[in-house]
Amino acid sequence: MNAPRPSAKAGPIRMSLSSRFENIEMVQHLCGRLLEGREVEEETRHWILMAVREAVANAIKHGNRQDLSKHVHLEMDVVADTLVISIRDEGEGFDPGEVEDPLAPENRLKTSGRGIFYMRTFMDDVRFQRHPRGGMEIVLKKNLGRIKEKEENPA
Amino acid sequence: MKTNVRESGGVQVVELKGKITIGSGDVQLRETINKLVDSGKKNILVDMKDVTTIDSSGIGELVGCYTSVTNKGGKLKLLHLPPKINDVLTVTQLITVFDVYESESEALASFKS
Repeated sequence: MNAPRPSAKAGPIRMSLSSRFENIEMVQHLCGRLLEGREVEEETRHWILMAVREAVANAIKHGNRQDLSKHVHLEMDVVADTLVISIRDEGEGFDPGEVEDPLAPENRLKTSGRGIFYMRTFMDDVRFQRHPRGGMEIVLKKNLGRIKEKEENPA
Repeated sequence: MKTNVRESGGVQVVELKGKITIGSGDVQLRETINKLVDSGKKNILVDMKDVTTIDSSGIGELVGCYTSVTNKGGKLKLLHLPPKINDVLTVTQLITVFDVYESESEALASFKS
């Protein structure tokens, strides 16, 4: 019996993860699976997965400060050809307006501060908001273009 | 990530293999370079050919290594940048900071100039 083919109609993926960096790989893998049923170019897929990596790493490191009692809450779905990924931590939150520009000459050689920049570079829309239940939520969106879902059962 | 350090013409060639990402490879990169710097090695060529993935943490460590080597009067240069890592360095304008080479012999010769 053949394994079921991943479907772009599979619906949202929702999960809560402990604050371990090892979980980043799993999230990337699942996001990749979500894209599998669609004809997304390898290049686009690579940068989406990098943005997801940065967002989850941010939630674990800066949001939850690697506190294993805190979780990262995640939801991923494709809605009308747009990939929507929501990642929420249980941290104190921050003001996105205060994030320094990594391209400014005085920041160029800093060892941190590029994660959000990469997310903004590789995704179409990146929004930060304080979640009503606490923590900071990042919503990443990427329009997958005029991409039609692959036929599940071509004639 | 796996690292291998060899010497060629007075230059420490650091070969990296695998991922340089948060919690996996980023600290290892820093420790490898710091060890060389602490032992007085000033010319370091980092071969990135077999690096499969890098994230902002890995990039940050690379920048930190560059700064610590430079501050000790040394030089850190990059060799064989995979295209996607080149892209990641380009969008943050770090590509202008590093000397990047495609040929090891040219890279080694550049340390003598």
